[in-house]
Amino acid sequence: MNGMNLLNNYGEAVAMILFGIGFSNLLLQKNLIKKIIGLNIMDTATYLFLALKGYIDGRKAPVVVNGVQSVEAYINPIPSGLVLTGIVVSVSVTALMLSLTIRLYRRYHTLDLDEISTRLKKEGK
Amino acid sequence: MDFVQNFPFLSIILSLFSGPLSSVLSGRWAKRVNTAVIVVIGCMSAATLGYVMNTGEAYVYTMGHFPAPWGNEIRVGVLEAAMALFFCVIMFLSMLGGIREREEEIEEGKQNLYYVMVNLLLCSLLALIYTNDLFTAYVFVEINTISACGLIMIRQNGRTIEAATRYMIMSLLGSGLLLLGICFLYDLTGHLLMSNIKEQVGILAATGSYHIPLVVSLGLMSVGLAIKSALYPFHAWLPDAYGYSTLSSAAILSSLVSKGYIFLLIKIFYRVIGFEIVGESKVIHVLFVFGIIGMIMGSLNAIKEDNIRRMIAFSSVAQIGYIYMGFGLGTAEGVIASIYHMVSHSATKSLLFVAASGLTDASGKSPRYRDLTGAAYRNRLAGVAFTVGSLSMVGMPVFSGFISKLLFAQAAIGHRFKMLPTLIALAISVVLNAIYFMKTVIRIYTPVPAGMEISEGRTVPAREQPAKALALICFIVLNLILGLSSEPVIDLIQNGLKMFG
Repeated sequence: MNGMNLLNNYGEAVAMILFGIGFSNLLLQKNLIKKIIGLNIMDTATYLFLALKGYIDGRKAPVVVNGVQSVEAYINPIPSGLVLTGIVVSVSVTALMLSLTIRLYRRYHTLDLDEISTRLKKEGK
Repeated sequence: MDFVQNFPFLSIILSLFSGPLSSVLSGRWAKRVNTAVIVVIGCMSAATLGYVMNTGEAYVYTMGHFPAPWGNEIRVGVLEAAMALFFCVIMFLSMLGGIREREEEIEEGKQNLYYVMVNLLLCSLLALIYTNDLFTAYVFVEINTISACGLIMIRQNGRTIEAATRYMIMSLLGSGLLLLGICFLYDLTGHLLMSNIKEQVGILAATGSYHIPLVVSLGLMSVGLAIKSALYPFHAWLPDAYGYSTLSSAAILSSLVSKGYIFLLIKIFYRVIGFEIVGESKVIHVLFVFGIIGMIMGSLNAIKEDNIRRMIAFSSVAQIGYIYMGFGLGTAEGVIASIYHMVSHSATKSLLFVAASGLTDASGKSPRYRDLTGAAYRNRLAGVAFTVGSLSMVGMPVFSGFISKLLFAQAAIGHRFKMLPTLIALAISVVLNAIYFMKTVIRIYTPVPAGMEISEGRTVPAREQPAKALALICFIVLNLILGLSSEPVIDLIQNGLKMFG
């Protein structure tokens, strides 16, 4: 039975796998750019999950067309709204991370965070 | 509706708008606006606190014109208003104490940007305290993270940029987990308002359906917020961020930013999930174990440090461990002890940072132990303040740290499995705290031996830095008030928690 559940909800399963990939990239990669890519995969996976949860089979996006106002015609609009908010947050966070990366690269000419740390320790300031 | 009820909303909006306003002002005017905003918000919070204590019950304030299950709302009780007031006081004193460092260390022309960050930070802290909507809380968690990152990196050197990057990475991991936890909870319950979620969670728990997803969601949110507030294994960014950023930033980061996340976690425990369900889940055992490890390891790291500011930073790791240990006990007493410790730690840690900077000022700006020899004679007020902070951290009676340790011990007694580990960890941690804080106090009160020269060591009279002296005196008084008349504070926390759920 459980196996069937997983198959029926394959979208959610994919979202969780993507979340894991993004999370471990953000945590484990040494290269800052790869970390940022991991961050974006992680956030996007969450949005995929939310969007899937708000979707109802056979219904349309909640935009009133041809005067149809019945609730039965549309999918749940709240998750879509949450995804939009989330995208705004992740864009600004990504921009901030990229600008930090540029700063570090200009100073140390490397993208490897661990190397930067060892160099800072050697400077001993 | 009384006019006072608008104050929480007005204070959030006021700090939010003062941020962008500061970006077009000059540094000097931005500073004035910032001070005015903090004072006004402090007064409004005090008025709100008085109002809520008078009526004796929490009230809900609808944002916009949509009623409960759809619209956004904020909810104000005694605990929220008291926290807002306390945060304003600490922020005001931290800004006051670091006034000269900010002028020296932040580039000319970027001064006003610092105040943008501080205003936004205050806004997000207030929103985290007051909001009753889980997704709004997430958004303000991110605003909090971004502005805290700005506070770290405003002083431009390699260390701070690296620390800011590490801070961002850790925080983003934490907020990813938090967001996923919120999504799970939304899918399970169909609500985003905390009170509505709690109703649905109660039904789910009573019928026993969706037990595992519920626990997973609780776990994700707890771990996410624990990462963000630098619980032990996730603290790598903390010593650099606190040790090398400008003084006000270090004081604000250590005493307010991490506390904001912890306050949100308490809110999730009490208002979103319900503390009985949290107490039955295994999540709190995890928090308990990591809290205890953090208490010990933070202190061990602090003992090894040679830099006074990094030492204070590592001590923060230990203190965050205390707070999570209190949650881990899974009783209302434990949470009360944790909240009291939050308050006491905020007051003490910012005091220590300001006092330490006074000591380093008298020793040629060097934070090394060797150069700090006899610093308390060169800057007497900072010496006294540092001693007060140290004694409070160690847990001497009269000071606030004693009460929080007493509360932790009282909460642990009678607990079936956790009594012994808690008491042992408390005892070890107190001894370790005493080792590194007393080491420092003895060092600053040792007269400089003949033949040893402190480069650029000079006497700094309190007159020379009136702002810092005033901040230090206020911090000492605050600490003594918390330590000597703890009863009203504990009563307030108790009442607040009752209203909180």
